Amino acid sequence: MAVYKLNTPISEEEVKKLRVNDTVYLSGTIVTARDAAHRRALRFHKEGKQLPINLQGSAVFHCGPLVKKEDGRWRVVAAGPTTSSRMDLFEDEFIKNFKVRIVVGKGGMGKKTTDAMKHYGAVYGAFTGGAGVLAAKAIKRVKGVEWSDLGMPEAMWVLEVEEFGPLTVSIDAHGNNLFETIQTKADTKKQKIYRKLGLQ
Amino acid sequence: MVTGKAVENIAVKLLQLAVTELPRDVKEALRSAYREEENEVGKAQLETMLKNVELAEKTRAPMCQDTGVVIFYVKAGSQVQGLDKVEAALRNATVKATKEVPLRPNAVDPFTQKNTGDNTGRFIPYIHWEVVPGDTLEITVMPKGGGSENVSALGMLSSSQGIKGLKKFVVDTVINAGAKPCPPTILGVAVGGGADIAMKLAKQTLLKPLNQPNPNPELAKLEQELREAANSTGIGPMGLGGKTTVLDVKVDYAHRHPASYPVAVVVQCWAARRASARIHSDGKVEYLTHKVV
Repeated sequence: MAVYKLNTPISEEEVKKLRVNDTVYLSGTIVTARDAAHRRALRFHKEGKQLPINLQGSAVFHCGPLVKKEDGRWRVVAAGPTTSSRMDLFEDEFIKNFKVRIVVGKGGMGKKTTDAMKHYGAVYGAFTGGAGVLAAKAIKRVKGVEWSDLGMPEAMWVLEVEEFGPLTVSIDAHGNNLFETIQTKADTKKQKIYRKLGLQ
Repeated sequence: MVTGKAVENIAVKLLQLAVTELPRDVKEALRSAYREEENEVGKAQLETMLKNVELAEKTRAPMCQDTGVVIFYVKAGSQVQGLDKVEAALRNATVKATKEVPLRPNAVDPFTQKNTGDNTGRFIPYIHWEVVPGDTLEITVMPKGGGSENVSALGMLSSSQGIKGLKKFVVDTVINAGAKPCPPTILGVAVGGGADIAMKLAKQTLLKPLNQPNPNPELAKLEQELREAANSTGIGPMGLGGKTTVLDVKVDYAHRHPASYPVAVVVQCWAARRASARIHSDGKVEYLTHKVV
């Protein structure tokens, strides 16, 4: 359960050092993307169009932040993670095409994403869901917002962060998935719980 | 006599209180979970939650970026004058709070996918009305997050399955939900009535304070049994492992059709936000869930 402080852009080598249960604090650039932004980014890729920002070595954050414009500048008020499983549909393609090294979210992701992380060298860092103000505290500046036509939660917010975390490495680049382990354990316990409730 | 303006101002205050400060009972439940959690990763999650709650309260910022879909529960005294102004006042309050608190705009047209930008739309904010004897107006707001709502479930069970079917359905819902609803969650469970009635009661039961046993001893026993069952899944805080998967389980019921056994489970995240106020006939306002200075 080591603690790492990483700066973007992150190399494949750095990411491969991380193991499930490690803690990461991230500094540099993190980009928010939810369902709609993932879909558009992949469409751009398919059509051979450049993304408005280069994601190589960076971190993608499953988050629809709450932001406020003050004196003409955006300020992030709260920015906790959203449920990552919604992005399971396309995260493998996203990692493959844009070479992101850290995916930040909550609730974990499935096998397809875990395989892509192993294959291309990336990890999943869980940030405590609902901890929106703590997250906002680590966001030093809004560097930009792309695709704002998607609405505030769905736009791509480019954020400068300092020691953003704690992120719990829960899928590593070696095929380990903490959420899956816990879920499998819970499924195994199911029969025992049924029995205790007198259901069998 | 209530005026639209007074209701609007109070509702803005309630929204601000709800999203920035957890009711005392929820904070207590989180603290006690933190003390008792043995799993190191799970405990760290609870610690982050508590730190976040403290910071949100101190800086008056919404604790979670998902400030939810706005739902009001109104208990209107039958002698209160001016009730026809309440709905518009609550809508105006939602628009105002969205700008001022701020709240994240969370009202999206399901066909065009367009976000209205101010948290209002068709049937949103949703208002539940109850007419009660008396001359006071009680307003509760529950900003309900999407992550936990997405794993809420309705089971139209066979009546022969009965209470055993209910228990199995609750356990399965908790395990299927896993990490997704931001555990430790609070489960609102209701049985009977019909599909809509069970869902409505299940959500409404989330307004009850935590760690207060159900006055009905049978239901209190069922709540405890379900709580223990959910907490033995090992899912833990944020699904990262531990013994705190739910903070509490609340059960309610309605009588059922002989052929039906609807069971509703509404899941609430650990950031179980709600705020209530009672407006008296002389205009005096009493905040029921929060200390207001």
